[in-house]
Amino acid sequence: MPVLAVENIMKSFGNTKVLRGISFSLEKGEVVSIIGSSGSGKTTLLRCLNFLEFAEEGTITVNGEQIYDGKAGKKMNDAEIRRNRLHFGLVFQNFNLFPQYNVLKNITLAPSLLKIGTPEEIEANAKKLIARVGLTDKTENYPCELSGGQQQRVAIARALALNPDILCFDEPTSALDPELTGEVLRVIKDLKNGDSTMIVVTHEMGFAREVSDKVIFMADGIIEEEGAPEEVFGNPKSEKMKAFLSKSLENL
Amino acid sequence: MFDEAFESLKKQFVLNFLNEDRWKLLLKGLGRTLGITFFAVILGIVIGILVAAVCSSFDKNKESLAKKGGFGYAVFKLANGICRLYLTVIRGTPVVVQLLIGYFIIFKSSNNSFMVAVIIFGINSGAYIAEIFRSGIMSVDNGQFEAGRSLGFTYFQTMRHIVIPQAFKTVLPTLCNEFIALLKETSVAGYVGIEELTKVGDIIRSRTFSPYLPLFAVAGLYLIMVVILTKLVGKLERRLRKSER
Repeated sequence: MPVLAVENIMKSFGNTKVLRGISFSLEKGEVVSIIGSSGSGKTTLLRCLNFLEFAEEGTITVNGEQIYDGKAGKKMNDAEIRRNRLHFGLVFQNFNLFPQYNVLKNITLAPSLLKIGTPEEIEANAKKLIARVGLTDKTENYPCELSGGQQQRVAIARALALNPDILCFDEPTSALDPELTGEVLRVIKDLKNGDSTMIVVTHEMGFAREVSDKVIFMADGIIEEEGAPEEVFGNPKSEKMKAFLSKSLENL
Repeated sequence: MFDEAFESLKKQFVLNFLNEDRWKLLLKGLGRTLGITFFAVILGIVIGILVAAVCSSFDKNKESLAKKGGFGYAVFKLANGICRLYLTVIRGTPVVVQLLIGYFIIFKSSNNSFMVAVIIFGINSGAYIAEIFRSGIMSVDNGQFEAGRSLGFTYFQTMRHIVIPQAFKTVLPTLCNEFIALLKETSVAGYVGIEELTKVGDIIRSRTFSPYLPLFAVAGLYLIMVVILTKLVGKLERRLRKSER
């Protein structure tokens, strides 16, 4: 049974159809990279999964339980939305750490407010996560004292603190200097070895090719091509994918 | 010549401040000014928080609420309408007129003019404080709301733990400005017979027929209060900015 099954997601903003029927599924421990040019709907898809946007049509099923149906979406009450959201963790492009709290509090805040465990357990777990992203010596520092890469690693630890079934990354390295992307990508690789299920929207082709089990190429709100990375990158079938690839390679 | 001037100043001082214990009058006036300001600030902050909460959460959530519709939305819309009306009326009329209306019309049966002044200045200041708070909430990056929501917080938790602490830091200088303005605005309370600092200075002037010392003393006292207030807020601001560079 797949961890996540997405069926026929449609979403428009005004008259612009951003997503025009997206379906895919994800097995436990799988990493899927979503690539495509800007405006292809990658980020919107991720935001629909996290209920920051609500798809007009389509269903989202997690662990066999349908948690969202576009037709009933508007009737979902706030508590339901919040509960369903916890299946997903989200790492933002701009980190969005809480500037007024130090690293530890950034990570413990959500589990404390949602009362997941005792305060001691929450803190111990947070410290374990901080060690996992390699920032033990920054536990007491404030976000403004960290580099972009370090901030993004804290953001990853923050999302992990709620034990999501699926961890989503929205262009996690796009706001970083090139020399800082490596440390973030290493953490994501390490999570893959730890058997986390992940969806990564990315522009890092090398990373997508190396780490993901599956690559989804989106163009104009549909999945243009999907498959194993060797296949999609090595032997692309769609014309759009070919054009996209040669453009990305030009920039290297 | 210098001696002469000094002698005359001394005489004036005795006349204006020591005779008939006039300094006590001045002190009482100062106390009333501080009292009105203090309680009006508290009332203003309470009103400001409520109005800002209604207006800003209506603005942030109106689309999703309108979709749901129903009774809750109607109540919310009404509350938002009332708050907007309050802001428009209070900010659109002079505080002296509000004070006169309060004293001679709304609370005409009350003979506690101090309380009337506290209520009127509080209601007046609340409108400005509400707009200050609202601008602070609007200034917080939308990503912070989204981060809170993606972590499963309720709207209230997001506001309480994430947005308001940041907004408060941003609005502190403007808020301090409003407190200073309010402190000085209370000088019009003499209109309804409250013997606050300005009125008291004027009373002394009218009794001694010597305007210089009483009026300069009043001005000096306001200045000292404002300087102290500014210093205190500055200290608080530096403490809150610890987490920033």
